[in-house]
Amino acid sequence: MSIEISNVSKRFGSFVALDDVSVSIPSGQLTALLGPSGGGKSTLLRIIAGLERADAGRVRIEGVDATGLPPQKRNVGFVFQHYAAFKHMSVRRNVAFGLEIRRRPKAEIRERVDELLRLVHLEQFGDRLPAQLSGGQRQRMALARALAVEPTVLLLDEPFGALDAKVRKELRDWLRRLHDEVHVTTVFVTHDQEEALEVADEIVVINDGRVEQIGTPDELYDAPANDFVMRFLGPVTQLGERLVRPHDLVIDTGEPGLDGVTGRVTRITRIGFEIRVEVTAGDQVVVVTLTRTRFRALDVQEGSTVNVRLAPEALAAALEA
Amino acid sequence: MVKRLIVIAYLFLLVAWPLFLVGQNTFEGGLDNLRGIVEDPDVVHALRLSLMVAVIAVVINTVFGVGVSLLLVRYEFPGKRLLSALLDVPLSVSPVVVGLSLVLVYGGRDGWFGPALEGAGFQVVFATPGIVMATAFVALPLVIREVVPVLEEVGDEQEQAARSLGANAAQTFWRITLPAIKWGVTYGVVLSLARSLGEFGAVKVVSGNVLGETRTATLVVEEKYLNFDKGGAYAAAFLLALVAVAAIVVVSVLRPRDQS
Repeated sequence: MSIEISNVSKRFGSFVALDDVSVSIPSGQLTALLGPSGGGKSTLLRIIAGLERADAGRVRIEGVDATGLPPQKRNVGFVFQHYAAFKHMSVRRNVAFGLEIRRRPKAEIRERVDELLRLVHLEQFGDRLPAQLSGGQRQRMALARALAVEPTVLLLDEPFGALDAKVRKELRDWLRRLHDEVHVTTVFVTHDQEEALEVADEIVVINDGRVEQIGTPDELYDAPANDFVMRFLGPVTQLGERLVRPHDLVIDTGEPGLDGVTGRVTRITRIGFEIRVEVTAGDQVVVVTLTRTRFRALDVQEGSTVNVRLAPEALAAALEA
Repeated sequence: MVKRLIVIAYLFLLVAWPLFLVGQNTFEGGLDNLRGIVEDPDVVHALRLSLMVAVIAVVINTVFGVGVSLLLVRYEFPGKRLLSALLDVPLSVSPVVVGLSLVLVYGGRDGWFGPALEGAGFQVVFATPGIVMATAFVALPLVIREVVPVLEEVGDEQEQAARSLGANAAQTFWRITLPAIKWGVTYGVVLSLARSLGEFGAVKVVSGNVLGETRTATLVVEEKYLNFDKGGAYAAAFLLALVAVAAIVVVSVLRPRDQS
C-alpha cells in the first residue's frame, strides 16, 4: 500500500471537513477521490501533500510516517486546479524548479526538462511564459513540473476543472495514457463521476467528510454500497420501493405482471441516441431509458398504458450481488 | 470632456503651477541660487544627512513592511484587524505629534527610556537615530499599503506549489513571493523615499536643528526662507522636489502596464 490514511479528522472552525477517515491507496495505480463539492476530498488530498495539517490521525507514504512532515520533505507532486504556474518564469524554468532546488547538475536538469517537455508535448513552448499558453498547455506544464522531481505520489486537485469540455476530455484521455507510461502512484480529486469512471483504476467516494465506498469503477457502478453512491455515480429512478438505473428497466404493453408497475406514458424525450420515457404510476414518475430500436419496436405514444419492470439481466445481477 | 478639464485645472492650480514656480524662482538668476546651495558646506551636509536618513528609513520600512504584509495576508491571528488599523496611524497623526511622542519616550533628560540609553552612550533625540526613527515612523505604512493588495491578488497557490516541489520557506520567499510582488515593493520603496526625504515636522522636533550636524534639507529650506534668503530656499526646495519627482517618474515609466 502506497498511501495509508488512518483515522484522519479535520475541522475548519465548526465545519467538519473530514471525520475519522481511513483509506489505503494502492501503489502504481490511478485513484480518484470522488464526491460533491465541500465533501472533504480536496482537504484529504491537501493533507496527503502536507499543505494542510490533520487535527487527528496519521498519514503514511510508502511506509514513511509523513504526518508531521512539511510539504517539501514529502516528495509528492501536486497539481492545482488553477495551475499555480510561476508567472515570472519561462516554461522551462517552471519545470526545472524542483530540480534547481535540489541542486542537480545543470546538464542533468537540461536533459530531464527536455525529456519532460516532450512527454507533455510542450517541446516547442519551453521559452514562453505561462501567460502565453492555453489552459490545457498550462496544466500539462504543471504536470511536467510535478513529475520532474520524481515524486513517490502524484496528487492532482480537480486538475481539469478550469478547462472547457473538449480540452477536459482530451486531457483526461491523455492523463490515462501518461499514467500507463509513467506508473507513478496517482491520486486525483474530481466531482465529475464520468471523469472518475473513465480514468481511475480505483475510486474512493467521499461525502460529508466520510468515505462512502471504495472500489473499482465497475464495483461502484454495479454494486453501490448505498443510495448516495448509487445516485452520485449515475442516473437513478424510483421503481416502487427500489432505486434503479433507468437503463436497467424495460417496458412492455402486455398484461401487468407480478413484478413492476403499470402506468401511463406522460412524456417522451429524445436525447441523441437515447429515448427517455416517463411513466406515471399513481403518484410516482418512473424514468426509463431505451435505445431507439427498442423504442420503435414498442410503438408507444404519450398516453399509452405500459408496464415497467426490471430487465431480467439486471434482476439476475442484483440477486447475485 | 468638461469633467476632464475640471480635474486638469484643479491639479494644475494645486500641484503643477506652484511646483513649477519653485523651479522658476530657483533659476531666476541663472544658476546662482543652485551654486550658492551646493557650495555651502552646511547645506551639503544637510542634503547628505537627509539622503542618508531617508535611505536607512526606507530599508527599515521595506524589510518591516514586507514582513508585516506577509503576516497580514498569509496568516490568521487574533487582533489582525486591529493591527491593520493601527498601521494607518502614522499617516493620520500629525508629524509634529510623532516628534513630540518620540521625545517623550527617548528624550535624553526626562524621556521614559532615553536616560537609560544615553547612560549606555547612545543618544537618540537631537541625533541621527532620532531623525531616522521619526522618518521611519511617518513613512511606515507606505510599503505595506502597496504590497498587501498585490499579495492578495497573487494568492498563495504558487507558494504552495513551490513548497510541494521541495522549496523551504526562504527559497519560496526569494524565488516565488518576492518576484511576484516586486513592483508593489518598488512602488512602496519609491513612495517611502519621497516621503522620507520630505519629512519636516517630526524631524524638526527630534533633531534639535543643529547647523552642520542635525539640520536636514527640509529644515534648511525653512531656515533660509525665514532668513529672507528666498533664492537659497527655493534652490534647496527644488533639489528635494526633483529627487522625489524623478523617482516616481522613473518607476511609472519602468513599471509594466499590465501590472497596475
